Amino acid sequence: MATKTVEYLVRRNPEMGLDGRPVPAPIFPAGVEPELEGEHMLINIGPQHPATHGVLRLVVELDGETVVRCTPHIGYLHSGFEKLGEYRGWNQIVPLTDRMDYLAPLIYNCAYAMAVEKLMGIEVTERCKVVRVILMELDRIFGHLLWLGTTAMDIGATTVFLYAFQERERIYKLHENYTGARITTSATRIGGMMADLPVGWTEQLQDFINTLPRTLDEIETLLTNNQIWISRLQNVGAIGPEEAVAYGLTGPNLRASGVPYDVRKDRPYYDYETYDFDVPVGEHGDCYDRYLVRMEEMRQSLRILQQALDRLPDGPINVDDPRVILPPKTDAMSDMESMIHHFKLVMEGIKAPVGESWFSVEASKGELGMYVVSDGGSKPVRWRVRGPSFVNISALPKLVEGHLLTDVITINASLDIVLGEIDR
Amino acid sequence: MGKDFEGALEGLESGPAPSDAGAEATRGAEADPSSHPSVAALREVFGGAILHHEVQAGDEHVVFVAPDRCKEILRWLRDAPDHRYDLLLDVTAVDFGGGRPLQLVYQLRSIPHKRNLRVKVELPLDALEADSVVDVWPAANWLERETYDMFGIRFRGHPDLRRILMPENYAEGYPLRKDFPLRGRFSRAEQTRRALMLDMESDYAPHELAVAKRVAEREAAASNTQAGGA
Repeated sequence: MATKTVEYLVRRNPEMGLDGRPVPAPIFPAGVEPELEGEHMLINIGPQHPATHGVLRLVVELDGETVVRCTPHIGYLHSGFEKLGEYRGWNQIVPLTDRMDYLAPLIYNCAYAMAVEKLMGIEVTERCKVVRVILMELDRIFGHLLWLGTTAMDIGATTVFLYAFQERERIYKLHENYTGARITTSATRIGGMMADLPVGWTEQLQDFINTLPRTLDEIETLLTNNQIWISRLQNVGAIGPEEAVAYGLTGPNLRASGVPYDVRKDRPYYDYETYDFDVPVGEHGDCYDRYLVRMEEMRQSLRILQQALDRLPDGPINVDDPRVILPPKTDAMSDMESMIHHFKLVMEGIKAPVGESWFSVEASKGELGMYVVSDGGSKPVRWRVRGPSFVNISALPKLVEGHLLTDVITINASLDIVLGEIDR
Repeated sequence: MGKDFEGALEGLESGPAPSDAGAEATRGAEADPSSHPSVAALREVFGGAILHHEVQAGDEHVVFVAPDRCKEILRWLRDAPDHRYDLLLDVTAVDFGGGRPLQLVYQLRSIPHKRNLRVKVELPLDALEADSVVDVWPAANWLERETYDMFGIRFRGHPDLRRILMPENYAEGYPLRKDFPLRGRFSRAEQTRRALMLDMESDYAPHELAVAKRVAEREAAASNTQAGGA
């Protein structure tokens, strides 16, 4: 093994002598240090680490400060949601979905309901469609704001975290006023929603739409041209368009690489083709472009929210389909047929026809696919969630290769993962 | 009523019961091949290896292919200029229970041609093996690992086929199989005993242990030199 001799080290800070006066820095021989070039070491980050955004564990093999290989270890949050789903009725699965992505729960609620409705051939009402679009776009902002705050905090900008969470708090309030819960919303039912929007909710949302751009402007003033932000993000974790597609990246991570693939434009659901919005696309595929894409997506979501609020039609929120929708509570208490109907739906559960369906929506983190298989009964044979974070994080070893250890934190943050959905 | 309540607890010891309707068929009716351009082309190129084609939920085209030619067909679907399924959305499996074959499911998306296609392979329970497609789409890496972890399908040629969600030394089987009970196969006491017996090395991948071993050897050599020098 090669060794090199360090002859002298100069201690920089003079020490205080016994009499209180500084003593001149001593110069002393430091002995022999082993030459470590080409020798690798392992660093274990997580599972309990604030910058891994959950219980993710990364084992990083380093050559000096350069990453040679990074291996993510997951499964610390594994709850067997997909297995649990095989024991539950179709509506009982809804609460499991929002526990996956607790940062944008309503998108998961809606995506699951859409997949089952497609399997059952149910077309939801016009009002329900617009309400679901509102909820999904609201939660896209909800997810992106969390990403923005935590990423900025990982890189050292604490102010942005506070600004972003103040705005998130307002979305929490909107969640709470509608569903009664801040995170575990469970808002959808097969064939509609758990309830119609409460009185005054749209005004509260309008107020949010009016004031969020100002906060976004403030945050962009802090970050976009900030020299530290730029030097920490630009040319870090870059991936080209072909590779990004091959690694299965979707959502803002893919669009930052220059591929304009957005499920809302590509395979529009819920009349997304009639909303006027743009899909922001980056060109370098690095962390900075992912930041720019997400900032612009929030503004585009606000545009969609405004259009949806303006067109929000009156009418029923649930379909008129006795196979899936419970009778009104007053009827169930006073009318024999309605009571039997209510009893049968609750005790036997709703039944989906034999078959299967796959439904993709554009979640805040990428393409979220819900795959349900039915054998004609009141429980699914298989309920599969294609989580965007799961596939995005699998590209992490590729992205961090050759970067510095500090960039691992940046790149991991820039992918916007949520461990609840990765581990399921 | 009492019976229904018990019904909610079934499967804790035995795996989920088939639902009350319990349809036997796992395939739908044969669809018109000309309704999807890629299916028509597949029939032309691969002929007998395309076993079945069906349409689910209105517009979802599903193709069943022969297991031994599956990888070849998938590679062709990715590369053929008229099809270009460049985005592998999902690899998963479906177990219908009752000893029926497992279905291995590939969900493909063509970004340039805006098309979806689901490719299925039926694997009998005594031959749960398929060719890995990691060299076709790198995205398959973790998806195949998850399918292996949950269903026990082995992927030939996968670079790093280890369990991914469950711990590497998990010995109770494959959780998403229909014969797997909801609470696992071992008793609570046995599960606790095994958790306490866990070796720290099982938290690391083989290549990581190799690096750690080299570091340990280097340090041992360094301390020997120092001892010799003194």
